[in-house]
Amino acid sequence: MTEGSNNSQSNNGKLVLKLVAVVIGMFGFAFALVPLYEVFCQVTGINGKTSDTAAIYESIEVDHSRMITIEFITRTNTGMPWEFKAQTRKVEVYPGEMNQVDFYVKNNTHKDYVAQAVPSVSPGTAALYMNKTECFCFNNQPLAAGEEAIMPMKFYVDPQLPKDIKFFTLQYTLYDVTASAEGVAMNQG
Amino acid sequence: MSTATTELDHDDHHHHAPSGIKRWLFTTNHKDIGTLYLWFAFIMFLTGGAMAMVIRAELFQPGLQIVDPNFFNQMTTVHGLIMVFGAVMPAFTGLANWLVPMMIGAPDMALPRMNNWSFWILPMAFTILLASLFMEGGGPAFGWTFYAPLSTTYSNDTTALFVFSVHIMGISSIMGAINVIVTIFNMRAPGMTWMKMPLFVWTWLITAFLLIAVMPVLAGAVTMVLTDKFFGTSFFNAAGGGDPVMFQHIFWFFGHPEVYIMILPAFGIISAIVPTFSRKKLFGYASMVYATTSIALLSFIVWAHHMFTTGMPVGAELFFMFATMLISVPTGVKVFNWVATMWRGSLSFEVPMLFALAFIVLFTIGGLSGLMLAITPVDFQYHDTYFVVAHFHYVLVTGAIFSIMAAVYYWLPKWTGKMFDVTLAKWHFWCSLISVNVLFFPMHFVGLAGMPRRIPDYALQFADFNKWISLGGFAFGLSQLIFLALLIKACRKHGEPVSDQVWEGAEGLEWEIPSPAPYHTFDTPPVIK
Repeated sequence: MTEGSNNSQSNNGKLVLKLVAVVIGMFGFAFALVPLYEVFCQVTGINGKTSDTAAIYESIEVDHSRMITIEFITRTNTGMPWEFKAQTRKVEVYPGEMNQVDFYVKNNTHKDYVAQAVPSVSPGTAALYMNKTECFCFNNQPLAAGEEAIMPMKFYVDPQLPKDIKFFTLQYTLYDVTASAEGVAMNQG
Repeated sequence: MSTATTELDHDDHHHHAPSGIKRWLFTTNHKDIGTLYLWFAFIMFLTGGAMAMVIRAELFQPGLQIVDPNFFNQMTTVHGLIMVFGAVMPAFTGLANWLVPMMIGAPDMALPRMNNWSFWILPMAFTILLASLFMEGGGPAFGWTFYAPLSTTYSNDTTALFVFSVHIMGISSIMGAINVIVTIFNMRAPGMTWMKMPLFVWTWLITAFLLIAVMPVLAGAVTMVLTDKFFGTSFFNAAGGGDPVMFQHIFWFFGHPEVYIMILPAFGIISAIVPTFSRKKLFGYASMVYATTSIALLSFIVWAHHMFTTGMPVGAELFFMFATMLISVPTGVKVFNWVATMWRGSLSFEVPMLFALAFIVLFTIGGLSGLMLAITPVDFQYHDTYFVVAHFHYVLVTGAIFSIMAAVYYWLPKWTGKMFDVTLAKWHFWCSLISVNVLFFPMHFVGLAGMPRRIPDYALQFADFNKWISLGGFAFGLSQLIFLALLIKACRKHGEPVSDQVWEGAEGLEWEIPSPAPYHTFDTPPVIK
């Protein structure tokens, strides 16, 4: 009997350890979902995020057989007092051809701000084919009080863009990242 | 097992059993802990119910009259949290504590000391959560689903307390689940093979696996909310490269298995009650086990049906739509089996059977509205309306909670040794049944007409229905006081003594031990035929 109960206790211990391992594993899995989600979205482009690094334009054949209409929408997040607009609201481009669109920003306040623009393409699948060689959204954009600026964005549309997409929208949202940008500067200093 | 040791065990238990409050604080007895869980769940059910009364009083007529919108939001949020984590889940854990050892012929749960802990941290968690309501800025007001950025950018500092209390609730249910799994794996009486286990044990085993798989994911989600809010991380903050939609993916990866955690034990309860009062064996025992397993597995691949309107690609919407509809197949198997069990049985309608029958009909109504919500194109209309509120209250109130009430009425005579007050029980059943339908059925109509959920005010055309809904709500709330009176009477051991079997037609190990169930059962393992 004593032996039996010892056995069952050590059996219990082993099983508990296995189950605790599952629990810890699943807690880790919740955090693993973050990079997994990112990779999944990058591969499929379903969350409409464009790449955050510059694409390199190699001379590719321009597809003159179809035109793609791209609309630009700008908005500022709640509590971000800048003026922000696209100089061109809508462009029609051939896939493979280089284009430039300028964005105008003005810090209308008496305070210095650092902004971060976050892009979003709709429909999301088009994001994979929107290749930017230069974009203000790759970096933080600081503006002193009252300062204004023209921010360029150069891009081409990949000719591989699915045929059924004739029109897409690129939206930029400006976020106020002054606090965290200063934090980084202070850490580096 | 030698007789000498058994007697030694006995002496040990009886001589050191403390009395009064210490008995309950330090108890490691599965029956005591089961009782604690059940009373705690009932107190939380009344607390969360009181919040529902505040919500329905505010919605009795259009316009803002009783509470301000921020407090209204706190009420909807905390009502949801309390009912899910404080009422339904602890009630099922309490039933598991009482019944699983008795059903498999074990003397107690495998890890009795941990069992004590997993209960006693639960009141702490809810004290923290409820205390936050009285603090500056109030408690959580972002809905029980705590979507980012509502819970990160737009919440107040008591969010930290919300996060800690959810952590503690999670730890409690994980410990409870581990205990159930270890008990079922290692403590079954000789001869109690897997396919001889009662379905309540089976469904709880599968529920316990779901719990240890997804409660840690919830813990991860609240931790991310905590660090996003207080420590400057950007899991869900777009400005820092995060994605608020990802919150919904992580949350519902936990959330969908969670809804099955709240219904699978109910399936086990109904599968115990229906055969007893039909005086037949359960139809399709094996298919019940397989159906439960399929539901549990499918629950991991349907989460995004909560998110059809977030702008997913069509391919993903189709996948989640079909996967969701697939779940109705094993669920249909279950409903079919219960009906087939009753077919040509010699039925009698004692109170547990009444609740079980109400469960089968009303849970199926909730299941059908769920099937409607699964259809992506129409979900765009139903999303975040009262139709959704109607759906999940049918499956949770007339589903999970009716099954818990059925279970309490079914096993209460075994626990106390006395028959409960049948007249009060019938009043409780009929009042609950009528009022719950007055309460939740019209919500389908206002939902289809476009009334949004979680809003303290509404357009004038919804006024009549809302008046009915509120009246139904008050009546349902009051009906539960009948239940309270009945339970107090039962605990004071009023009523006729019952036989060991209690119900004619009841089968299983728990009906072979004396009534009331002795403090220690199966010190010597029973013989399984």
